[in-house]
Formats: sequence, structure tokens, C-alpha cells
Amino acid sequence: MTPELLLLAVSVAGYTGGALAALAFRGVAARALVAAGALGGSLATLALGAWCLATGTTLAFAAPWLPLTGLALRADGLSAFFLTVVGLAAAAASIYGFGYSAHHDGRDSLRLLGAMFNVLLLSLTVQVLADNALTFLVTWEVMSLSAYFLVLVEHDQPGTVRAANWYLAVSHAGFAALIAAFLVLAAGDMTGSFAAMRSVGLTPGTRDLVFLLALVGFGTKAGVIPLHVWLPMAHPVAPSHVSAVLSGVVIKMGVYGLMRVALDLLGGGPAWWGGIVLGLGAVSALLGVLYALMEHDLKRLLAYHSVENMGIILLGVGAGLMFQSYGLPALATLGFVAGLYHTLNHACFKGLLFLGAGSVLYATRTRNMEDLGGLITRMPRTAVCFLVGAAAISALPPLNGFASEWLVFQTLMGGALVPRPEVAIGMPIAVAMLALTSGLAVACFVKAFGITFLALPRSTEAARAREVPASMQVGMLVLVGMCVALGLTPFLVVPVLSRALTGLGRLPMTPIGFSLHLPLSVAGVTGEMSPLLLAVGVALLGVLTAIVLRLLADRRLRVGDTWGCGRIGQTPRMEYTATAFAEPLRRVFAELYRPTEDLSIDFHPKSKYFVRTIAYRSEVQPWFERLLYTPFLSALRGAAAGVRQVQAGSLHLYLAYMTITLLALLVVARWSR
Amino acid sequence: MLLFLKILKVGVVTEPLAAGEPDVIEVAREVETKARRLLGRAVAIREVDAGSCNGCEIEITGLTGPVYDSERFGIHFVASPRHADLLLVTGPVTRNMEIPLRKTYEATPDPKVVVAVGDCARTCGVFRGSYAIVGSVDAVIPVDVFVSGCPPEPADILRGILTALDRLPTRTGRRDDP
Amino acid sequence: MTVDVMMAAAQGLLALALAPAVVGLVRWLKARLQNRRGAPPWQPYRELRKLFQKEVVVSRHASWLFHLAPFVVFASTLAVAVIVPVLAVPLLVDRIGDLLVVVYLLLLGTFFLALAGLDPGSAFGGMGASRGVTVAALAEPTLAVAIFALARSAGSTNLGEIAARTIADPLSAVSPGHLLAFAALFIVMLAETGRLPIDNPATHLELTMIHEAMVLEYSGRYLALIEWAAALKLLVFFALLGNLFVPWGLARAFTLEAVMTAAGVFAVKVGVLAVAVAVLETRVAKLRLFRVPELLTASFVLALLAVTSSFLLR
Repeated sequence: MTPELLLLAVSVAGYTGGALAALAFRGVAARALVAAGALGGSLATLALGAWCLATGTTLAFAAPWLPLTGLALRADGLSAFFLTVVGLAAAAASIYGFGYSAHHDGRDSLRLLGAMFNVLLLSLTVQVLADNALTFLVTWEVMSLSAYFLVLVEHDQPGTVRAANWYLAVSHAGFAALIAAFLVLAAGDMTGSFAAMRSVGLTPGTRDLVFLLALVGFGTKAGVIPLHVWLPMAHPVAPSHVSAVLSGVVIKMGVYGLMRVALDLLGGGPAWWGGIVLGLGAVSALLGVLYALMEHDLKRLLAYHSVENMGIILLGVGAGLMFQSYGLPALATLGFVAGLYHTLNHACFKGLLFLGAGSVLYATRTRNMEDLGGLITRMPRTAVCFLVGAAAISALPPLNGFASEWLVFQTLMGGALVPRPEVAIGMPIAVAMLALTSGLAVACFVKAFGITFLALPRSTEAARAREVPASMQVGMLVLVGMCVALGLTPFLVVPVLSRALTGLGRLPMTPIGFSLHLPLSVAGVTGEMSPLLLAVGVALLGVLTAIVLRLLADRRLRVGDTWGCGRIGQTPRMEYTATAFAEPLRRVFAELYRPTEDLSIDFHPKSKYFVRTIAYRSEVQPWFERLLYTPFLSALRGAAAGVRQVQAGSLHLYLAYMTITLLALLVVARWSR
Repeated sequence: MLLFLKILKVGVVTEPLAAGEPDVIEVAREVETKARRLLGRAVAIREVDAGSCNGCEIEITGLTGPVYDSERFGIHFVASPRHADLLLVTGPVTRNMEIPLRKTYEATPDPKVVVAVGDCARTCGVFRGSYAIVGSVDAVIPVDVFVSGCPPEPADILRGILTALDRLPTRTGRRDDP
Repeated sequence: MTVDVMMAAAQGLLALALAPAVVGLVRWLKARLQNRRGAPPWQPYRELRKLFQKEVVVSRHASWLFHLAPFVVFASTLAVAVIVPVLAVPLLVDRIGDLLVVVYLLLLGTFFLALAGLDPGSAFGGMGASRGVTVAALAEPTLAVAIFALARSAGSTNLGEIAARTIADPLSAVSPGHLLAFAALFIVMLAETGRLPIDNPATHLELTMIHEAMVLEYSGRYLALIEWAAALKLLVFFALLGNLFVPWGLARAFTLEAVMTAAGVFAVKVGVLAVAVAVLETRVAKLRLFRVPELLTASFVLALLAVTSSFLLR
């Protein structure tokens, strides 16, 4: 048995063991075994992915366990990369989950949580290894269903069931598109493996159709605008370590699928394929962050940021597809590398942020930022972890978000090499949208971190918060380490990624050089940076400044009140609120938000100059629900109501249908003789 | 364009600081030499209106104009007492302003200087004995220099500030900005 | 390599030494344009020296972030000053950071400054932070597209390359693309450094403040670091505007006379830009906060036109 198969077997065994343990045991034992199983399985997954990437071996496995085509698994570079993403995020989430799921102790939901968590991880692992259509689709469906059950775990909270239903519906709509895509791609022969699909010759029109169907199918999973509405509903209501895996890994399966189908199976296509993906990516990025800005529910804010970051990933992937069609393979590889790097980075920092939000939720029982504050002194380690995650997602050097966004920028700037007007106009606009997105992300995370952790607590729950248990801290710290490591070492990551992509979609073997001193040189686009030296430099300057200050400047420090124009005392009500923080941006983008404002002031009955309470409520227009989903759903309901007339429930009517059909068949049979 | 032509035509209108009457300025306590030397060339002033009628404030606003130009002495006004070195206090201290004035003083980092401007700040002026007054500025925070007048001229206020910092041109004979 | 490191260090020290003088020069010019004598241009040095000797008063609600932020802001801005071409090009330090790194390092400073504004729990700080990040976010697209325009003609985002390309092709300095990009970057400079018409650096009214409001709680040596970093930021933008668009004067070889000439030419460029900023600040009034996005959109359109024109006029 080869090492790869052994690792795969260990991984499967770990997940299965964890799932069974959840059903068999209770309480702490169940949690511990679930976490151990998931952790073991995910470490094996990670090891498998890293091993395949490092040594370049491909794993192959086939077994007749599925009807018709049998189970076929194969790990090439792309799969190996996604295995590492799965393994990393799952490992951290598993450790975290041990402490987090404590409040499910003694309830049935613990069984569901433990079992379905492991099933989800198992399906994710097998998903990226799938080598024929049926395996792919079956594991896809298992992934969607286990995610659905996980979203339902806390079904006693309001809004959970609705969110889960939306998730299920949109998921299955996408699944239908995927089935159609594979049917067309396999030219009707579903028994074919991916290898067969690569070589089948399709007309350009058919290829376009497959691409569009795949885009819709994978787009629903990835949360691309306008198929994103389920994301901000479902991810917040799931338990936090599940949200981390959902946002960090599950939505990435959309990217994996798109690359597998468009790049690998179809081998690339005309420029407008890349153009559409690029456009969707840019729009998703911008709208995602704009909607995130207006959110005060910590986890909903993070969910919208997932939409944003998926947009950034698609910017890279779309640029890659586009450059490939224009015959710029090195630049195309750069685009895909940027997209994949951002996938890995997003899994790390989004996972970290969700785990941090989960810690806040665990300690204070609320997700609403307007009720939080002052947690930096009460939950110091969680605060540092969240700060690192916030800085990483805002693409601040030298963390990992900056490394991958820099690569995406360089890819887009490479558009200058394509002498077509639509690219010449489109690229700067895409660059501008990406820049605006990252600027707004900074604003959003200053708000998220500042209002949640800084200043004074705005409620008694926040004031009584305490640091979370050790397992949760360890889970977060693992991801903090990864964020820093991935940010400081792009010179290690980029060559590995570019090697992983060779051979896909007829991309030639062009490993991109990126090292500490040598430039990133991709046939006409050169840019250089070294986050490691940068970090060392800035840290050195900071330390030098501190030393000089200590030696030369005055050292006195006195603690006093916050300056408030000499007012007497300070209460949390005097602090800035999250709504107020986002208000300038709400005004700037008012055309998009069309906010409705509701202000009710309760005056003292004796005098209008004394106010008792003020209630302010502002809602953002849900454009996509209003313009897209609600009309679609009402049309659907209308059609269903129409069809219901036929199936009216009366036995006599059904007998009449049968009789008429029988008579019609007899007439037709008699006539065609 | 017309604006700049006018500016060029008018030229610099700042008047040199005249000697003035000495008894308008009373030094209540000598500022430490160390503080004087530190703040001598660059002093940030936070103005506190502890209940004044605003007559003194109008004179103080004249200080930053082209004629009196306090900035040539390195004086500039700041919004936060954390940034300030010198508190310029006007008005008799009303009951409502007693705590804010104390808090402003506490918020100012050391070394700091307090200059009280106007007759009200020194003796409560015309408001003496009112039910709304706590006392002169000296009763609430330690004052270094008093500048009398109702209201004192901007030149006197400027001289009072410079006296507190021991930078008055005639007294020290330093070749300073005039 | 050691010469390179020395040059980079020299650049950093020169920027550090020159920055307060630039701010002082702008203030002195504004004073003269207001028909008064004003403080001499070296006044900011006196202010910094004084601030370093003053006590620090910290709010009891502030956390470790409040103490850390001035160092992060100062160190990141100083790092930018080392990377940006001030004296010589190309330098090894160009390879550590390019134009995108410069933009995001400045954003790092803004991030921590905004958090420090929120930390003590004062409403002024929150307001300053909110407005500060709004302006910074809205200036990002213009910066990115202007970088795109510059990088496009130079084939790289590397600062040394961009300067070298313009030196090699002098006519490109007056191409519409360059001129439009200069105009766009000028407006962004005003926004990022808190100058009129976006933010009045001399205001005392908290409700009109953007940058000042974030630092109302700082005092003593922390305030000195932040003020110095703000002056450095102005100098950095002057260096970008001067040395990327009009790069003649930059030392190509590391001889003493080349470096001295470079320092002199740099001082002249900075002086010219300071006069421009002073005259502009005298002429315009501050914009209402919600008019600032319109101005930044206009600068974005300029930058977009810069890129389009450089494509059309290839």
C-alpha cells in the first residue's frame, strides 16, 4: 500500500471513527472522541495533500462501491492543494470544536453536530479526489446535505430553519445545474471518467453550455453574486467551528469545481469565459464588502466578507482563464496561482475570524456588536487572534491577505499586455474595484474589531465576559500561526502552487520564480516584494524607535480620564456605535443601500426638551431578494398553484384522467397500425 | 487671482509687540526654570472659558490674526488639553464649570502653565458675590500669571503669556522675534 | 550591497530630518499669505523636541493597543520613506517593496491609528476613526489606478523601474497619461495627508476634524511620534509626486556629488510642492465631509482617463 493510500485510509478511518463516536457516546467523551477523530482525519488529509504537492506523486484508486461507474479517486496537483486547504481548516476547527460544543452537552444536538461534522469533512476529502462524474456528484450531495444538517444544529434559535431551507434550496438548484453540466460534458455517457471527458471533442456551443451550467452550479456553492443570498443566512446560524469550515472550505469547493471543469476538463475556452468570471468576481467583491459594512451581527458581517473574498479569488481565476485564451500561459498561471493562494489564505483568516467570533459568542452569548465592547481586557488572547485575522483580511502587510492580493493586482496589471480595448478598459476598472474593496474591508474591520473589543463594554454580558477554554484558544492560535507564516513566505508557496497547476488545461510547465531577492518575473510584468524583509524592517524600526525613546525622551506616564470636554463621568453610551461608525459610508453609497430610516423619540410628557428614549432603526434594501428571488419565488408559487388545479384530490377526477388516457392510447395505437 | 494680488499688495501687517503697562500683568507664581526653558519656544495653548461673558474670548481670537500674530512666538492653539502646555482661562468660575475646569487641568500633561485672563478670572469682576460663582480661577486651579483688564487688550494677553514663559522681549533682552 | 544599505539608511534619515521642515514650510507660507509673520519654518522641530520632554497622560479605558499604535504608525511610515525614491535609484530596497507595498503600508498605519481612536472610548475618537477610514477607503481606487497607469508604461510596479523609465524616455513625462495621473495623485495626497480642502490641519472644532480627532487623546512622546509620522507621510507623497513624475536629479551612481545633487534637487522639488499646497490651502475652503467623496470620485475619473489615454496613445 502506497503512503498516499495509507494516509487516505487513515483519514477516512479518523472521520468515520469520529462520526460513530458521536452517536455512541455522550457528553465530554463524545466531544473528545469527535474532536480526536476529526483532528486525526484532517491531519492525515493535510499530510496527504502536502505529501502529494511536495513529491508530485498522484494517487489513484478505484473500487466498485458506487453503482454504474464505481468509485474512482485521483489526486493531481489541484486536488492535493485543496486537500491541504481542507486539512488545515478542519484541524483548527476540530480542536476548537471540542471546547465550543460544550453547551450542547446532554442534548441530542451534540450527536448531530459530531456525526455530521465528521461526515462533512469526509465528503470534502473525497470530493477533491473524485475522478469520475458520479463520484463527484455523490460526494457533492453528501457535502451539501451534511452542511444542511450542521446549519440546523441550533434549530431552536430563530431564523435557523429558514436559513437552512434557503441553503438547501439554492444548493439543490446548483446541483441540478451540475448534473446537467456533467451530462452534456460526458456526451450522455455518465460512466466515463474525467480522463474520458478530457478527450471527448465537443462543439464550441456545447462547451459554452457546459461552462455556463458549471458556472451556475459552482457559483451557487461559492456564493457568487447574485447566487449568494443563502450565505449570510446560513453561515451565521451554524455553530462557529462549523461556520469556519463552511466559509473556509465548503465554498471553496465551488472554486475547485470551476477550475476542474473549466480549466481541466474543458481545457480552457474563449476569452469571454474569463471575462464573465472576472466580472462576477469584481462585482461580488465590491457588493460583498458593501453589504458587510452595514452589518452589526458579527457573524453575518464575516459571511458577507466570504462573498467578498470569493470575488477576489474569482478575479484571479477569471484573469487566468482570460489570459490563457489570449495565449499568455505564464500570466494565466500567475492568475490561477493568485486565486489559489487567496483560497488558502482565506481559509486561514476567515476560519480564524469565525473562531474568534465564536469565542465572543461563547463568552457573551450575543453576536450583536452594538452590545459588545471592552473585550480586549477581558478576553486578551481572543482579541489578539481576532486582530491578526482582521489585519490579514484587510490585506495589510506582512500578513497573508496582502501576499495574495498583491499577486491578484500583479495579474490584473498584466492585462496591459493584451492589446484589446475591452481588456484595456476592463482591467483598470477591475483594479479599481479590488482596491476599493480592500479599502472598505479595512474600514469594516476597524469597525468590527474596534466596536467589539475596544473601549467600554456596552452591556452586562460583555462586562462579564471571560476568556474562552484552552482548546478554543489553541484552535485559533494554529490559524494565527498559519496567517503569519503564509504571509511571510510567498517565495515558498508560489512555486509550489505553480507546480501544482502544470499540465492542467494545457498550461505549460512554467514554475514562477518568487524568492527573497529575485523578482517575480512573468514575461513582461515584473514586480518585487519581500514581506519577510519588510516585516523585519518595520519591526526593527519600531524597536529602534522604542529604544531611542526610552533613552532620550521623558518617561513619565499618568493615567487619567478620557478627554470628553470635561464632562463628569463616562458611560458606554457615550462611545461610538457601530451604526454611527458606518454612517459616512452609508451616506456615500446611499444609492446602493437606499436605507430606510425609522427614528422614534419618546419625550418626557411634561417637556419636549427632555428625551426619555430614542429608538433608531435603519434597514438596507435587500436588492437581490426584492428584484430576483421574490419575483422568482412568487412566479414559482403561481405556477405551482396552477398545477395544483390538475391534482385536485378528487378520486373521481383521477379515474377520469386514467380513463381518458387509456382511451387516447387505444385510439393512437389503433390509428398507427 | 485677485485674492493673491490683494495679498501681495497688503503685505505683512504684523505689529511689533510694544512694552505696555507693567501692572496689568501680575505674576502669581514663578514658573519653574525647567518648564520655562522647555516651553519657551513652542507652546500649545488650550483656552478654557470658565463662564466668561466672551469679551475676553473676542480679544483672544484677535491674537491669531495678522496684527498680533501670536504664532510668531511659537504659540499655537490646540483643541485638546492633552496636546496643551498652557491653559488660558477666562471668566469667573461658575458652578457648572468648576469640575470641567479641574478636569481640563488634570488632562493637561506636565509641565503646564496657567494664565488667567481678565478681571473676572482674578477677582470675579462684576459677577462677584453671584449665586452662580464658585470663586476666581485661583480657587480652583493653581494660576501662574494674571492679566487684568475688562477685557484686556490682545497685546496685554500676549505679554502675559510671554511673561509666564519668561520670553518677554524687553525683560530678557533676547534677540527674539519682536 | 553595503553601499545600498547605507543609501537606504541615508534616505530614511534624510526623510526623517526633512519632514518637520516641510510641514513648517507650508505653515510659514500660509502665514505669509495671511499677511502675518508666522513662526519660522523650523518651528515643528521645536514642537517635537518639546513634546518628547512632556508627560504622557493615558485614559484609564485605553488598552495596550493605544500604547502600541504610535510605534506602528511611525515605523510603517518611516519604512515607506526608506522605500520611496528620495535620493537614488535603483536601490536594493526597491526590491523589498514596490508601489503597492507603499500604499498598503500607509493603510496599515491608518488601520492602527483608527483603532487607537476607538480605544479610549471617546466619541471624538470614534468619529475621527470613522471619517478617517472612509476617506482612506475612497482614496484607494484612485491610488490603485494611478499606480496602474504608471506601472503600465514602465512594465513594473517597482519604484526604481518607474523612475528609470521616465528618465529614459523624457517625453513621456508630459504625456497626457502622466499629467492626468499626477493630478489624480495630487488630490489623493491632499486626502491622505489631511490637507485642505478635505481636512483642515489647523482646526480646533472637533466636528470638522478627521485626522486630528483620532489623536485627541495622545500626548507627550506618543503625540510626537504621530505628528512626525504625519509629516513623514506628507514628505513621502511629495517624494512620490516629485521623483516618480519628474525623476531628473535622482542619483544613478553612488558618488558623493551625485548624492549631494540629488538631495539638493529633492529639496527644491519639495519646496515647489510645498508652495503649491500652501497656495491651494489659502485659496480653497474646506469641503463639507459628504462632498469629499465627490472630489475623490473626480480624482478617480482623472486616473481612469490617465490609463485610457496611455492605452489609446500607445
